[in-house]
Amino acid sequence: MRQHSVTYIIIFSAVVCIVCSLFVSGTAVGLRSRIAYNMLLDKQFSVLRAIGEEDVSEEAVDTLFGTKIIPQMIDIKTGDVVEADNPSAFDTKKAAKDPATSFEAPANEARVVRVADQAVVYQIMDEGGALDMVVLPIRGAGLWSTMYGFLAVDKDGETVRGITFYEHGETPGLGGEIDNPEWQAKWIGRKLYDTDGEVVLDVIKGAAGPADADPHRVDGLSGATLTGRGVANTLRFWFSADGFKPFLEKMAGN
Amino acid sequence: MDAEKKAILLDPLFENNPIALQVLGICSALAVTNKMSTAFVMSLALIFVLVGSNVAVSAIRKLIPTNVRIIVQLSIIASLVIITDQFLKAFLYDISKQLSVFVGLIITNCIVMGRAEAYAMQNGPWLCALDGMGNALGYGLILMATSFFRELFGSGSLFGIHVMPAWYETNGLMVLAPSAFFLIGLFIWGIRTWKPEQVEEN
Repeated sequence: MRQHSVTYIIIFSAVVCIVCSLFVSGTAVGLRSRIAYNMLLDKQFSVLRAIGEEDVSEEAVDTLFGTKIIPQMIDIKTGDVVEADNPSAFDTKKAAKDPATSFEAPANEARVVRVADQAVVYQIMDEGGALDMVVLPIRGAGLWSTMYGFLAVDKDGETVRGITFYEHGETPGLGGEIDNPEWQAKWIGRKLYDTDGEVVLDVIKGAAGPADADPHRVDGLSGATLTGRGVANTLRFWFSADGFKPFLEKMAGN
Repeated sequence: MDAEKKAILLDPLFENNPIALQVLGICSALAVTNKMSTAFVMSLALIFVLVGSNVAVSAIRKLIPTNVRIIVQLSIIASLVIITDQFLKAFLYDISKQLSVFVGLIITNCIVMGRAEAYAMQNGPWLCALDGMGNALGYGLILMATSFFRELFGSGSLFGIHVMPAWYETNGLMVLAPSAFFLIGLFIWGIRTWKPEQVEEN
């Protein structure tokens, strides 16, 4: 084996590092705008899935957002709409980590630690241009992972119009069935709150009745009791007074 | 192409398969073989990384100081993996979401490190390209075979297209990672029955 001097090793390592980092940073910079566009598109498709709009083309997404779907920034604690230049670009994950733009969540079963002061919600307009429903971001602990999704709520502030998840690490085939459109369809028409304003919507073991007769319960997923409980915990947190309740009350009151 | 080069390219398919004989790269083979489309993209990603790292390491093999060779190999592999990951995010976003961390984990795929250390440090770039291609194809072959059975029986489809008759009740076990263990075990059994010289002596 040939021996190399320490100087040679240091220079060689430095050259390897510089060449590698040039390649990596070149790719990252070159593809950044495309990746950002994909991420935005992915989020927009998730919002569309929450309101039951499947199979929308890329071009149609652009037109829907801006006419039928209007992103809005809200203040979580007061429920007021706040002015923002580009709500779609708001990075909730980043804002929730920064103590300056978030607050500590009270103890909760969804294991949400910090909540961003502001949230992006999506107003969905009907054909006549009047408010029809609103899509709200939710996240909470399932069995293995944090589940990220959207819940669509009617303008009455309590009726579920749709649910979807765009990121989770639950077991495929069991907890992963939260992605199943047939299960998601069972949520439509259920009510979040009881007459006292408490979040009572729950995922039960076994089958629940039809939405109008049994409005506060949703069928559990077989083999995924804990994931189902995680979804219920997530809703209980995000629709409590610490979550979107102030906003929903204001919306329903207007 | 002469016989020696042919052997370098084709031996890793059955004679010396990285998964079936060397039992390397099992972790990702369990994780991404749920669906054929993810297994296919993962195989392509590994082909790119393995050929790239083999050629790059081989090209500078005479310059690499022995005491820092592993870290040099890793820097090259890690850079290629990040580049692959960025390209998938830019052009195949849905699949890259499903592959999640497993593209990044190619860095720790023993096949890549193993070929860099065992082959690319001693041989020229052209042979290394063939060797990388062969080993990545051997890995991809097992991935595609495993995902074929897992998707067919677990979801009733192939490449996302439904093929099983309506009466077929999907098998939940097949979508879970343990089924890949059983399938890869069966493949190893099959290959060793076909080629008994691969059976280890006790």
